[in-house]
Amino acid sequence: MYKKTECVAMLLAGGQGSRLYALTEKTAKPAVAFGGKYRIIDFPMSNCVNSGIYTVGVLTQYQPLVLNEYIGKGGPWDLDRANSGVTVLPPYQAKGGADWYKGTANAIYQNLDFINRYDPDYVLVLSGDHIYKMDYSLMLKAHKSSGADATIAVLEVPIEEASRFGIMNTDENLKIVEFEEKPAHPKSNKASMGIYIFSKDVLEKYLIDDEKNPNSSNDFGKDVIPAMLRDGLRLFAYPFKGYWKDVGTIDSLWEANMDLLGSNPVFSLRDRDFRIFSRNDSRPPHRMGESARVINSLVTEGCDIEGVVQNCVLSGGVKVERGAFIKDSVILSDVVIGEGATVNYSIIDSNVKVGAGSVIGKAKGEGTKVTVVAGGLDIKDGTVVPDGVMADKKYFDGLTVKEEL
Amino acid sequence: MSAAGIIFSNVHDNNMPELTSARTTASVPFGCRYRFIDFTLSNMVNSNIYNISVITNNNYLSLMDHIGSGKDWDLARRSGGIKMLPPNIAPYSYGGQNTTGLSRLEALKGVNYSVSKIKDEYVVLSDCDVICNIDLNSMIDYHAKSGADMTLAVKKMYITKEKARNSVIMEADEDGKVTGILNYPRDFSGEAEVCLNMIVMKSEYLKLLIRDAIARNYHSLTKDVIANKIPTSDIRVYRYDGYFAAIYSVEDYFAASMDLIADEAARRALFEVKNRPVLTKIRNSEPTYYSDASRVKNALIADGCVIEGNVENSILFRGVKVGRDTTVRNSILMQDTVLGEGCYLNCVITDKNVVVRDGVMLSGAATQPYYVAKRKMI
Repeated sequence: MYKKTECVAMLLAGGQGSRLYALTEKTAKPAVAFGGKYRIIDFPMSNCVNSGIYTVGVLTQYQPLVLNEYIGKGGPWDLDRANSGVTVLPPYQAKGGADWYKGTANAIYQNLDFINRYDPDYVLVLSGDHIYKMDYSLMLKAHKSSGADATIAVLEVPIEEASRFGIMNTDENLKIVEFEEKPAHPKSNKASMGIYIFSKDVLEKYLIDDEKNPNSSNDFGKDVIPAMLRDGLRLFAYPFKGYWKDVGTIDSLWEANMDLLGSNPVFSLRDRDFRIFSRNDSRPPHRMGESARVINSLVTEGCDIEGVVQNCVLSGGVKVERGAFIKDSVILSDVVIGEGATVNYSIIDSNVKVGAGSVIGKAKGEGTKVTVVAGGLDIKDGTVVPDGVMADKKYFDGLTVKEEL
Repeated sequence: MSAAGIIFSNVHDNNMPELTSARTTASVPFGCRYRFIDFTLSNMVNSNIYNISVITNNNYLSLMDHIGSGKDWDLARRSGGIKMLPPNIAPYSYGGQNTTGLSRLEALKGVNYSVSKIKDEYVVLSDCDVICNIDLNSMIDYHAKSGADMTLAVKKMYITKEKARNSVIMEADEDGKVTGILNYPRDFSGEAEVCLNMIVMKSEYLKLLIRDAIARNYHSLTKDVIANKIPTSDIRVYRYDGYFAAIYSVEDYFAASMDLIADEAARRALFEVKNRPVLTKIRNSEPTYYSDASRVKNALIADGCVIEGNVENSILFRGVKVGRDTTVRNSILMQDTVLGEGCYLNCVITDKNVVVRDGVMLSGAATQPYYVAKRKMI
């Protein structure tokens, strides 16, 4: 039967990620590829395992096929366990009717039964769209020692950017006195990272109350946390120091990939004691050809390089043919960059074939924007795709029509 | 049609004493991120053989560590899966001697009980150093259709006198019926159908064969059993014509590795066969980083490396670090080798966890690579 588990993690992975456009057309945001051989969800999942938390519920909703398949039985993260491990929790039909997950809080509310099976003392709520390495066990320790009802991880952001975040105003003991969602005039720079630890009984009570409130939007940030503050509960901030990035936009996704580059990268994945696990698709080693030149880039299994690659992150099975030049770009799996093609400042989704001599994007500089090419496209030889374009099938169909006219 | 697999993990340990001083032949690293046994295991799994026994005799710690639960080959199963058969040293058998692994037949005699439990109709016996991507299903099909008692995979190749001494050469007619066998000939060279040490038979036939061998005190599968059976039994060859790396020595090992870099056809025939991936233990290494100063060409490189120097015509296993102003040519650097700054390596094989300090120069020759043992610091 289910063993008592001190802390259960609930990973919110239903996000659509509409600002990632073509990249999330057929995949939920947490399943978006990152850093050559990872997907975004590998980070919170690996964090859990590295923190000794082996009971993880993954709440899915938007386009779950790729995500479900990716998580599978949880083997890559050591989460295929006898009594716990990973459980995918999609919305379901209940006796009283069927509901989609209406908000972050409602998603957890609908899965209280899952949580209660393990009789946990604490519930860790995570979101599946951030890139960071964090030992949650330290946060749990802080939660216990402060005697908090809820602990919210916060990151100190530059004060001029604080108005983009949910800001926690705290006293000198880090007790939260006020929460402001995207304040115009922020009083503090402690931004919520969307990582919460709740004492389970408190969480359960507030989720049930929240569900009864017809005016609630059933969201942690907007409803549950403010309600707890109104009732004078002990909420503490847990300051996190380290790399953390919300990869919700094309620009931030591109930047986060670039943060992995360098001999001493801003964000390093090289720590063998805090590995980021991912599902491996058994590709052979990568090959550097006679004319290959790779500068400041990450290359992984299955790649075959004959061209020039600079400041790039290449995923598995990428082929860069002779005379091709790619710079400042993120190339996802099994993309072929044809002979003499140029790719600049772009994100190219998987299985794209860039025809010989094509020019994608424009050299990074003042005013240039990231170009995105959607997955599975076969780009004809000599095609020019200007910068800042979201090039999907519709875009290329439009080009053909113009040519015919 | 179901088949079980039996792998001999210690055969040929004497071929490469350097590489097998701390491991079985089965666990010798090869091809950037694999070990020898990965090819055998993948061939079996890709041919739907999911009941595999690995007979092992000594030095098998690294092999057990590599295989673990068998999960990475999809062999962690409730029924079947992978099973290690270490030596069964009973106080009353053979005077308490460790008798498995001395030869293939001795190994089989030692695991007679486990073999007797095999329920699959066919069994594939394979050595662990068969570096190829072969469809065992079609070999089993061929065997079943021909009605043979036993089928051995062979490949027609040119063989030198030195290699012939370590090989079994089959003589067969046009239909593939074996007419003669040359066991480790002392004085042979030329074109020959060399036995690839993959054998298919019905498992019932194997069980009889082992019991017979115990009764008659036979010691060698090829010398005592097959050679004697040729006149009376239907023994056939299965003519395999794909890539096969015949590795009989460290020099062969080096040459076969260099071939993988130079010979695109060989590389494709081994690694890029559709639906037949080569599986190995997953290490969750991050992608390899190439710095501004790196110059790398004609190389096969695994994940987890950090390359800041020059690498040419070499194979780098997972987690290798190459420092600035260091040049690596015609070399094989195994897992977690660390090269400092300003080193020069040519025709070198570094085993796992070797550290080469700044400014060190090492060179062997293509015909005699310089080998640095595991965990050595230079």
